[in-house]
Order: sequence, then C-alpha cells, then structure tokens
Amino acid sequence: MNHNYFTSQDVARLESQAKVLREDILTMIHAAGAGHPGGSLSAVEMVTALYFHVLNIDPQNPQWPDRDRFILSKGHACPVLYAALARRGYFDPALLTTLRQYGSILQGHPDMKRTPGVDMTSGSLGNGLAAGVGMALSGRLHHQDYMTYVLIGDGELQEGMVWEAAMAAGHHDLKNLIAIVDCNGVQINGWVNDIMTVEPIADKWRAFGWKVVGCDGHDMKDVMTALHTARSMRHPAVILMRTVKGKGVSFMEDESKWHGAAPDEEELAQAIHDVQTWGVI
Amino acid sequence: MAKTLATRIAFGKELIRLGADHDFVVCNADTKACGLQDFGKYYPERTFSFGIAEQDMTTAAAGLAACGNKVFLSTFAVFATMRACEQVRTFVCYPKLNVTVIGTHGGLQVGSDGATHAAIEDVAIMRSFPNMTIVEPADAVAAVAVARWAVTYEGPLYIRLHRNPVPDVYDESYSFSFGKARCAANYGRDLTIISSGILLRKALEAAALLRERGLAIRVLDMATIKPLDKEAVIAAAKETGAILTLEDHTVMGGLGSAVAETVVQHCPVPMELVGIPDVFGESGDAEELYKAHRMDTDSIVERSLALIGRKGN
Repeated sequence: MNHNYFTSQDVARLESQAKVLREDILTMIHAAGAGHPGGSLSAVEMVTALYFHVLNIDPQNPQWPDRDRFILSKGHACPVLYAALARRGYFDPALLTTLRQYGSILQGHPDMKRTPGVDMTSGSLGNGLAAGVGMALSGRLHHQDYMTYVLIGDGELQEGMVWEAAMAAGHHDLKNLIAIVDCNGVQINGWVNDIMTVEPIADKWRAFGWKVVGCDGHDMKDVMTALHTARSMRHPAVILMRTVKGKGVSFMEDESKWHGAAPDEEELAQAIHDVQTWGVI
Repeated sequence: MAKTLATRIAFGKELIRLGADHDFVVCNADTKACGLQDFGKYYPERTFSFGIAEQDMTTAAAGLAACGNKVFLSTFAVFATMRACEQVRTFVCYPKLNVTVIGTHGGLQVGSDGATHAAIEDVAIMRSFPNMTIVEPADAVAAVAVARWAVTYEGPLYIRLHRNPVPDVYDESYSFSFGKARCAANYGRDLTIISSGILLRKALEAAALLRERGLAIRVLDMATIKPLDKEAVIAAAKETGAILTLEDHTVMGGLGSAVAETVVQHCPVPMELVGIPDVFGESGDAEELYKAHRMDTDSIVERSLALIGRKGN
C-alpha cells in the first residue's frame, strides 16, 4: 500500500470507520463507568487515518520490527486507541467493554505488555515524545525506515519534559519522528489557556527546530493531507490539529466536565444518536 | 598492596571494552559520571547525548529498549533515581524494559558537593519498584565482573556505584554471583555483618578487630540488594544470632531494611542498622561524614559489641 496516496473513496471509508470508533469509545466508557471521552473523541479522525490508512503495520504480527510506531502520549484517551486496534484486527472488539475491569487486557491507560498493538506504555503526561525520540533513534541506528508518531494533548504541552524531548528531536534531526498535537483547547478544569497558556504553540515548536503543519482535525481529507505533508518534511515535524473536545456528541463538545466522565444509559443513547446523525447533510 | 580504583570508573571502562563484542547502546546526560562520556569515541553510532535532561534521557532509553536495544544510561544516582524517578518507574520498570540505570556517586561519597548531590535514598526508591533489580559492587574488581554480567542481563537494572577510589578487596579469583550473598569472611558464630558496596572493606576491618578481641564474625557482601538472598540472611540469623547491616545509604528503606524485613518474618534476632540516620548529607570528607554517622570502622566495632551484648542468653 502507498501510505501517502489517498482517494476520495479512502476519505469516505475512513469517515465511516471514524463513526464506528466514536460509537465504540462511548460504549466502552459507559460499560466501564469511567474513562475519558472528551479527548478520545477529539482524536478520532487522526487515529482513524493513522490506523486505517497511513501506518505500515501488521495486526497479525504486532511486534514486527519494521512497523511504524504510534505512541499515545495523552494515554487517558486510550479508548480511541483500543477501538482502532480492535477494529483493525489486533484483538476481538468484544473485549472493548472489558475496559478498566480487573484482568482486562485494556487497562485504564495504555500498557504495552498487555494490549496487542500498543507500542508504548503511557499515561503519565509529558513522556510520550521522549519515548518517540528513543524509537526514532533506534530506527536510524538500525537503518529501518519506519516512522514514529506521537499524539500529544495541548494541555500536555504544559509538561516541561515535552520540550526536553522536542529539543532532543531537533538536535538529532529526527526526520522519522512526527508529533501530533490534539489542540482541543480544553483540559480537566477548563480552557487550556486559562489554566496555563501554551500559545504560541507553532512558534515554540519552530524554535526547537521542528517543521509545523496545521490542519482541521475533524476534516479527514485535511488530516490525511497533513500527515502526508509532515512525512515529506525531512525534519522532525509536528501537526497542530485544531479539534473540538468531545467532538460528535452535542452535549460533550467543548465541555471540560466530559474530560473524564462516563455517560449513563440515557446519555449514551443520546450520544450514539448524535454520532450516527453527525455529518449527515 | 591492592590496586585502588573507583567502582564507577572500573565499571565504565569495562563497559567501553565490552562495547566491542556486545551490541548495547549508551545514553548520556552530560556528566562525568563513570567515564561513559567517552563511549562515543569508540562507538559513535551507539551513543546518544541528551544534554542535561535526565527525564527525557530515561524515557528515550525506554523507547530505545522497546525497539529491542539493550540500553545503559548513566548519571549521578541522585538524578537517575530522583529527577527521573517516575520515568524509571513507569517507563522502564512497569513495561519491564531492558534498561540498565547506572547511578554513580552513591551515598556520602560526593567529594564535598553536599546534600544536593549525595544519593542516600536511591536504593530505597529503586527497591520499591516492581521488576527492578539492584546491584552494588564492593570494589573495582567486583565492578568489572558486574559490568560483564550486566551486558547479558535482561530487564530493569539499577547499578549503584561510588565516586572515590577504594583499595580492592577482591582479587582475580572473584566471580559475581547474581542474587547470592558472598561470604567475604567467616570467622564464626557471634555475629553477621551484612554490607553492600564499598563499605565491605570497613566490615572486614571491623571483623578483624573483633576477632582480636576473641569474637567470631561472619561478613556477607550483599552485592545484589534486590532480589535479596533471603536464604543467606536467614542462615545468618539462625547460625550467628545477630545481624549488623552496613550501607552508605539512609537506614530507612535500603539494605538494612531489606534484611530486617526478612529477619523479622523468618527468624527474629537482634539487629543493628548502620548507615545514615534520618538526615541529609553535607559537605565534608567522606571519612569524616562516616565517622559523624558512626559508620567508621571503630564505630562498627563498638556497635557490634553492643549488639552482641543484646543477644539472648
């Protein structure tokens, strides 16, 4: 497969896949009675584009040494990753509703030793990019041509370690590393820039030696184009994707209270209805 | 006269030698910790500089290990275990990745740098992490042997090394036995001294002095602090009836605590924990500091005599 090339049919296929992931996210968080819907929903298009078109991966061989890597640095958004992995064939989608249960392969935050397809344990914010730096260095050392993608939250940019890793990626000129910032603007207690300003985000990344690409994180064609552009930069590249927290569910959009809360039965029904009818013109 | 070399330098030099035959990588954070800043002169592709950024280095080491590399990272023990504490816990120990953390300048041997640089809590912190293994060699001979073993070890590993040159205790016949206490002296059944790291020499000196007074001491070199050789500890408790532990580390949570946890559950006997009390390090010569904390040879003798006096019957 040419992972850069895509057609309008691909976009339509991915949009319809994204819808499935949204339903999965809501269903599994409801079943678990806990989890983080807001930041999972904002990243759906990107994760769908990666897992269902861009990433060079083999679900039958999750440890394939030459696979592309994906690190969900904002590990609390793991429902979107679990849904993608299940629907891509890494494990039975029936397991999604075991999220957060004792003995489940689906821990509350990603665990590389328990979940097939999870490339890096995460959940403690600020660490994913550094892990990505290590993976990109390894790829270069062993002359492998895989890419490493790291999805970071915009609130997560408040963690100083993100910038240690950004500095290292710039210093080592890791052209096989792509960071993606999910700029949904909301963190647990409100708007990101009320709690601790992270702007100007693009200038910060540029100052650390990165190429910056922007996109609308809910426009599949734009997301696919941004990934293609980032891959062709030949330098560490960051995609700043503008998103809406809780995207696709009317009562969750832009609401910090849905950062980490589970919908009840009634809310789930409304949410599923919203997801199914969203985008239908 | 035994040769004199710091464990950190012996370990680092051996690792550079081993680099020729073993395919590991090295991560540095701009310190002169154990000589590994020179690894890149010999193996430029397999060394990675992270600047003064220990957290980034540690999680990046985890990323390298997640791709199948054996990784050694080195910095001062204070930074490796405290600045990058959570990175070691969550990204090395939890996923059980093949990263060896080399912590140098353990204990009070930080020249006169003082409390900020004296790692007196590192063992306690590392010991509390599941999947972590801790090894602290007693001299340069042991450090070389540990380096040779470490390159073949798989999983999270913490190597604790000291700053100052110390006279060798061991000769070429030494071989490192992972997970096993080494009986460094066995004069009899009055008391066992269990030490880790370079304080072994003081333990042996104290045992010799006590022998002159007619007391028969067993000395165990507990180079592997975790997993602890419980059998050796229980045997020491049963056969000698009292245990004195000796560590260049706070007495809260380190070797002494590990030994006490075993003793109290399997064979309670009187114990004396010799180490740094509940205080920070400070500037000064290491020997002066040891004396101030009653960790010098004469104090070990005194404390041993008092401990033997506490034994039943």
